[in-house]
Amino acid sequence: MTILQAKQAQKSGANHSVADSHTDDGFSDLHPAYSTLQAMAESNRCLYCYDAPCVTACPTSIDIPSFIRKISTANPDGAAKTILSANIMGGTCARACPTEVLCEEACVRNVAEDTAVEIGSLQRFAVDHLMARDLPHPFKRAPETGKQIAIIGAGPAGLSCAHRAAMLGHDVTVFEAKAKPGGLNEYGLAAYKMTDDFAQREVEFLLGIGGIRIEYGKALGTDINLQALKDSYDAVFVGVGLGSTNNLGLKGEEFPGVDDAIKFIEQLRQTEPKSDMPVGNNVIVIGGGNTAIDAAVQAKRLGAGEVTLVYRRGPENMSATEFEQDLAKTNGVVVRYWAKPVAIKANGKLMGMSFEKTELDASGKLVGTGETFDIPADQILKAIGQKIKPDDLAGMEITGGKIIVDDTYQTTAPGVFAGGDCIKSGEDLTVQSVEDGKQAAIAIDAFLKTASA
Amino acid sequence: MADLSCKIAGIDSLNPFWLASAPPTDKKYNVVRAFEAGWGGVVWKTLGIDPPVINVSSRYGAHHDQNRRLLGINNIELISDRPLVVNLQEIRECRKEYPDHVIIGSMMAPIEERVWKDLAQQIAESGVHGIELNLGCPHGMCERGMGSAIGQVPEMVEQVTRWVKDAVDIPVFTKLTPNITNILWSAEAAYKGGADAVSLINTVNSIISVDIDNMIPEPVVDGKGTHGGYCGSAVKPIALNMIAEIARTPETKNLEISGIGGITTWKDAVEFMALGSNAVQVCTAAMIYGFRVVDDLIDGMSQWMDDKGYTSVEQFTRAAVPQVADWNELNMNYDTKAVINTDNCIECGRCHIACEDTSHQAITMTDKPEGGRVFEVVDEECVGCNLCYHICPVPDCITMEPVKTDKPPMTWPEHPLNPMRAAAE
Ligand SMILES: Cc1cc2nc3c(=O)[nH]c(=O)nc-3n(C[C@H](O)[C@H](O)[C@H](O)COP(=O)(O)OP(=O)(O)OC[C@H]3O[C@@H](n4cnc5c(N)ncnc54)[C@H](O)[C@@H]3O)c2cc1C
Ligand SMILES: Cc1cc2nc3c(=O)[nH]c(=O)nc-3n(C[C@H](O)[C@H](O)[C@H](O)COP(=O)(O)O)c2cc1C
Ligand code: SF4
Ligand code: SF4
Ligand code: SF4
Repeated sequence: MTILQAKQAQKSGANHSVADSHTDDGFSDLHPAYSTLQAMAESNRCLYCYDAPCVTACPTSIDIPSFIRKISTANPDGAAKTILSANIMGGTCARACPTEVLCEEACVRNVAEDTAVEIGSLQRFAVDHLMARDLPHPFKRAPETGKQIAIIGAGPAGLSCAHRAAMLGHDVTVFEAKAKPGGLNEYGLAAYKMTDDFAQREVEFLLGIGGIRIEYGKALGTDINLQALKDSYDAVFVGVGLGSTNNLGLKGEEFPGVDDAIKFIEQLRQTEPKSDMPVGNNVIVIGGGNTAIDAAVQAKRLGAGEVTLVYRRGPENMSATEFEQDLAKTNGVVVRYWAKPVAIKANGKLMGMSFEKTELDASGKLVGTGETFDIPADQILKAIGQKIKPDDLAGMEITGGKIIVDDTYQTTAPGVFAGGDCIKSGEDLTVQSVEDGKQAAIAIDAFLKTASA
Repeated sequence: MADLSCKIAGIDSLNPFWLASAPPTDKKYNVVRAFEAGWGGVVWKTLGIDPPVINVSSRYGAHHDQNRRLLGINNIELISDRPLVVNLQEIRECRKEYPDHVIIGSMMAPIEERVWKDLAQQIAESGVHGIELNLGCPHGMCERGMGSAIGQVPEMVEQVTRWVKDAVDIPVFTKLTPNITNILWSAEAAYKGGADAVSLINTVNSIISVDIDNMIPEPVVDGKGTHGGYCGSAVKPIALNMIAEIARTPETKNLEISGIGGITTWKDAVEFMALGSNAVQVCTAAMIYGFRVVDDLIDGMSQWMDDKGYTSVEQFTRAAVPQVADWNELNMNYDTKAVINTDNCIECGRCHIACEDTSHQAITMTDKPEGGRVFEVVDEECVGCNLCYHICPVPDCITMEPVKTDKPPMTWPEHPLNPMRAAAE
């Protein structure tokens, strides 16, 4: 960043929090929105590469050089359309994508200068610009096909599928178990990535295409079943994400104060003002992924005195990116590697946790060393992975904790497609789920055409 | 998406974006790729009589900004170096395969009536929509009595235009060179010769840089260099003025104009059309970025049209022409002052030093007690020249605000201090 950019960033950050209701609560934008000047300067760093590596690295293949060029020629709304035509949740992805391991990692500007073009920030600038204007929805629906598609789950995968299917002329009904749409955009992503109710604003924008109806409080497996849907719809798409979490398998896990990190984040995301959200004084977070980091950082920002993140292996083994790990450290989270929880300590109330140090044995297996230590805690957040809820998914074959799909996203149940975290495609990321939903809609469209031919 | 279709010299085009006669339109391979990318038309690389010319190696020089972004290139290439029959055959094929896209045949010949007419007829028979007369090439070809050697003599411009008009019954575009003293002379000559439209500008005669280790002008061809044709975004202002002059002068204003010269973004294209172009041509921007730049031209123009409520390009074509005036028609009582928005100021000091050293000492620089500096405009000294406004690195940090006045508009010919006015009375 040049001094000029830095100063502007500071300013736009400052301006932002004045307008922003969460002024000092620690939950304002992690990366403040670009000013026009910043967008101009940064867009001009892009080399407009041909067959650009950044595009290949984006799971949704956004035409990055084209959209950045449009920003530099003062056509941000045209840039937004380029983005949204490949990724209808380009706004969330601009905020939540780990760009440092996706598009920005591939940027050729890294090669000689070690500083990628800030693609995510530019993407946000363009999409925000379009969404701030009261324009008609930018995409048109193809003539109605008369086909009915049922979609389970209003997360990124389900909504992306719904949007593309509606665009292709089909009629879509979305069944969502919860009371609000957005999936983890609404309940999971860190609060400082999704300020100003962005998840809901984006869903509203997405539904502007028309032809999509959402029924809330309707869960597959409880309120509806697959066979009934197959009978009354021409095709079904399942985008239920990962509904349950892993347990530590320790005694006392049901003790008050021992929570799922995901539930903690979900509650935090739904609490306004954030200062109303209770948090412990000594918080332990168990895990090594982005969820663990998000939980730890948000606990710290809520005012927890000590937050200790404990991970059973070393930093290089963490699935959290380097950027996320640094974020934890700069937020004052203490990170302890090579230790695993062995006991929850309680005495009428939660007292803390005992850990055993770990190491790799000669064969490379993770083993306890026998040496233990205690950390006091009045709150423990578990972030040791999520898994699907197979009970809800009767009728589809599952392997390795994921619904089996072929290369057209079709499950083992004919006419039933699936995408997002509940299948094994790329990483479990928002952007991958959006891509799955989009590609599945295209596959469903082809399926319906052959079915009726 | 706004409707970008347009008409020039009676030719319908899908959009106003054509590739100018140059290497991008040199052969079928390129032209097919250009049409696929979205260009509405091409002016084929200039054709001459056989035998084809031979080009030198090392052909382009460059004018970069400090970030190695190309502002302009100059070239010492000649016209098409492929046999005429090959070019004509490929034109026929492209016309057949892309019937909705425009192809204009560009040509050049020595100043001989029979040669111009024969060549024009052969090109017309290939099925082109129109013919463009290249009277502009300022290097190489002019040493053989062609290109700018013809375009710089209005009588020859008229003559050649008339020859071709007589020989073919398709529209004729006379392509003008900017390397003259007054563009109106050659434009009027083309008009008198019967041209349906003029295309301008061709490249500007130039030496782009010197290799100071070896003391040779660039591009270097085995120890020597020559002057070449300059083009790209740097030449845009030259082109805009020439186009505006033709569009607003009674003797030439009925000429249709194919605007060329440095068009790089959709906004450039809008400006060319607002000042008088019925459609535009692009060369350098395509050479720098590839044919895909048309995506930004199309998308940006249509987005802008939607925002402004324009539904066809005719609605803004020539819309700025009535506002182009002679200096003598400007209002001497109009006054603007620079205003610095201190909230946006990053305290770089450049407005101060520019005004202090080279303008009117109208921006003061004062140390703040808490550190840092504050820049303020002295209204009495500011003449409203815009210098600080243009050099400030932060957009919208310095604005130029009109001063309210009760004085009626007054031009220089009406001004009491004008000695000529007294003489006239
Ligand atoms: C804490 C956390 C932080 C994350 N941070 C990031 C990040 O910063 N960047 C990033 O790219 N990714 C992040 N991810 C991953 C990302 O959120 C997911 O990959 C993405 O949301 C998956 O989308 P999905 O549509 O498959 O599932 P989900 O977002 O989980 O949506 C599934 C939807 O289906 C509904 N549903 C579930 N079961 C049923 C049922 N039986 N019937 C009806 N509806 C049902 C759910 O209520 C939900 O609305 C994070 C994940 C977590 C848990
Ligand atoms: C390499 C090169 C070759 C050119 N050859 C021709 C030509 O054969 N005939 C012609 O009329 N103009 C020729 N031109 C001029 C272009 O058609 C155009 O008028 C000029 O480059 C200005 O437009 P631009 O700034 O968009 O490049 C050539 C330009 C370049 C750069
Ligand atoms: S790789 Fe970097 S410089 Fe190249 S197009 Fe992508 S963002 Fe621009
Ligand atoms: S662009 Fe480069 S590789 Fe291609 S012909 Fe010119 S000098 Fe050779
Ligand atoms: S040029 Fe602009 S930014 Fe620099 S001191 Fe002047 S007003 Fe401030």
